[in-house]
Amino acid sequence: MTSPPANLDHDQLLQMMRRMLRIRRFEEKLAVLFKRGRLPGFIHLYIGEEAVAVGACSALVEADRITSTHRGHGHLIAKGAEVSRMMAELLGRRDGYCRGKGGSMHIVDFSLGIMGTNGIVGGGIPIAVGSAWGDKTQGRDSVTICFFGDGAANQGVFLEGMNLAAIWKLPVIFVCENNQYTEWTASSKLTSGEITDRGRALGVHAERVDGNDVVGVHEVVGAAVARARNAEGPSLIEALTYRWHGHNEGEEAFSGAYRPEDEIADWRSRDPIEQFRAKLRDWGILDDAGFEQLDKTEVDRVEEALSFAEAAELPDPEEALEHLFPGDQAASATEAV
Amino acid sequence: MSGDREIYFIKAMYEGLRDAMREDETVVVIGEDVDRSIIGATRGLIDEFGSERVRNTPISEATFVGACIGAAAVGLRPVVDLMVGSFFYVAMDQVGNQAAKLPYMSGGQISLPLVYFTASGPSGSAAAQHSESPHPMLMNLAGLKIVMPSTPHDAKGLMISAIREPNPVVYFQDAVLGGVKGPVPEETYAIPLGVSEVKREGDDVTVVAIGSLVLKALSVARELEEKGISVEVVDPRSLAPLDTETIIASVRKTGRLVVCDNARRTCSAASEIAATVSEQAWDALKAPPLRVAWENVPVPFSPELEKRVLVDEDDIRTAVMKTVGATAKV
Repeated sequence: MTSPPANLDHDQLLQMMRRMLRIRRFEEKLAVLFKRGRLPGFIHLYIGEEAVAVGACSALVEADRITSTHRGHGHLIAKGAEVSRMMAELLGRRDGYCRGKGGSMHIVDFSLGIMGTNGIVGGGIPIAVGSAWGDKTQGRDSVTICFFGDGAANQGVFLEGMNLAAIWKLPVIFVCENNQYTEWTASSKLTSGEITDRGRALGVHAERVDGNDVVGVHEVVGAAVARARNAEGPSLIEALTYRWHGHNEGEEAFSGAYRPEDEIADWRSRDPIEQFRAKLRDWGILDDAGFEQLDKTEVDRVEEALSFAEAAELPDPEEALEHLFPGDQAASATEAV
Repeated sequence: MSGDREIYFIKAMYEGLRDAMREDETVVVIGEDVDRSIIGATRGLIDEFGSERVRNTPISEATFVGACIGAAAVGLRPVVDLMVGSFFYVAMDQVGNQAAKLPYMSGGQISLPLVYFTASGPSGSAAAQHSESPHPMLMNLAGLKIVMPSTPHDAKGLMISAIREPNPVVYFQDAVLGGVKGPVPEETYAIPLGVSEVKREGDDVTVVAIGSLVLKALSVARELEEKGISVEVVDPRSLAPLDTETIIASVRKTGRLVVCDNARRTCSAASEIAATVSEQAWDALKAPPLRVAWENVPVPFSPELEKRVLVDEDDIRTAVMKTVGATAKV
């Protein structure tokens, strides 16, 4: 591509780079914090896959929605979540998005259209189909992107969800992030045929895209979004990518070397951020100095997020017993009025 | 209430659904064959509300149960007819990991106004996979409100409350009650969740009975009255939240407790109620609380085998007599 895509202006392209860098720097910080034992629980990092979340979410408007996965930090940042409140959640603080009740795998902000992140592989698929159904039924033109991985493509709800979305012509875009590994096993050993063919078999528009090319992802998802808004029903997009880190941080304690070194090196040489950086340079949109400046802003943002999170209060232990039925509080508040 | 017309339990459920759909256009009903309705509660709704609000689904329980979570989060009030209680197991990830947890995990950002209703429990030689009572398992999840009415009157009022409720509700229709008739007001009325009802007052023994076992307990109570034993029958109506206050007050009056539950004994609702009473009203108990529940096996097919496993009036009578220190004469 010798010139930037017509439907993306400079600001949008820079915003995409900013968010890719934000994901990268945020997660690099998490890896360090994890290693130092400063994060409760466990985390799954998205580094290497940034172009998928950012490319896809850049094709949405604010009122659109997503569902995410256990490897969800990238989707959240791409949809506009604040790293400060994410970091606070990861440290179990009250100022976190979920007041410390969710943690890494369950951060949500419904006001940003983030309908759920999920510790269950494939668990978000029915929910995404449902939010698309709810929006369509209420006459809105919002669409829902359902992010899931190659592992989830082997869950029954993948077939069920695509089928329901197809017969009800729901505005949902199934984005399969094929990062090549189902936990610690190569997905090629666990998955028969092509994932996109599973969509085609149900009459769902399906295509594959280079998941390390943020502009390419944007264009393919953008076309799917247009079809969805035009009441043409769901699409399935398989984005080929690679996770640089393990299934979860700290896996080396038990996993052994399960990925060939040259495979890792090959994918690292196709860094989505470096590729996008080169394009923006070629297009005369962002020179090296400009890139360094953007990057520093994001590095600083992550440092500030950590300071914010560390200074944030821990939740009162009694809060563990709250929020089981949030509707009750809302109902009593309404009655009080 | 004596002036009310008598209608079938299943028709009372229908009226609850119909009235809730009339008062709120965001209420939608989905499930397998809800247009014609095998069990009967949704039959006729499509004529009044159309196929957008009364929608047949594929046999994909996990997906349509889960879709209601997303739909509820964006402003619909979905009601699912799951048809048979054991179908919950097919959808269990979406019920247990998603619907029951998402509001809590989000720190209370959203509530999910959705209803899952189903027939449950044995209906007569339906065999193991169509006779389940999943209510104890769902009680253990937290995050779900659970009701099980025993009369047509309660069936209508609880359906309306369940649909108006801003949180997830599971509504169990005891399968054998669908064809039972009782007085039901014509107008729309709500029976609050979490409020039990003393169906019969008595002094000697408290029998807490759930679903169709309320009718059996009342029958036993009438019979034992002639023998000079006064039985109080408490119908929890809601299992979550459970109205322990009324149950404890009753036990404090009678000093004896029998809990009857259409479920396997282990970790049944009966177990929970008996344990709660033991913890909170030990000083008032004159005899150990007794559970009348199924044997710990799947429900078998042959009528002879099924009868051996399930609860009948003899079991309730025997338990009541045991708590009052006598031996039942059958």
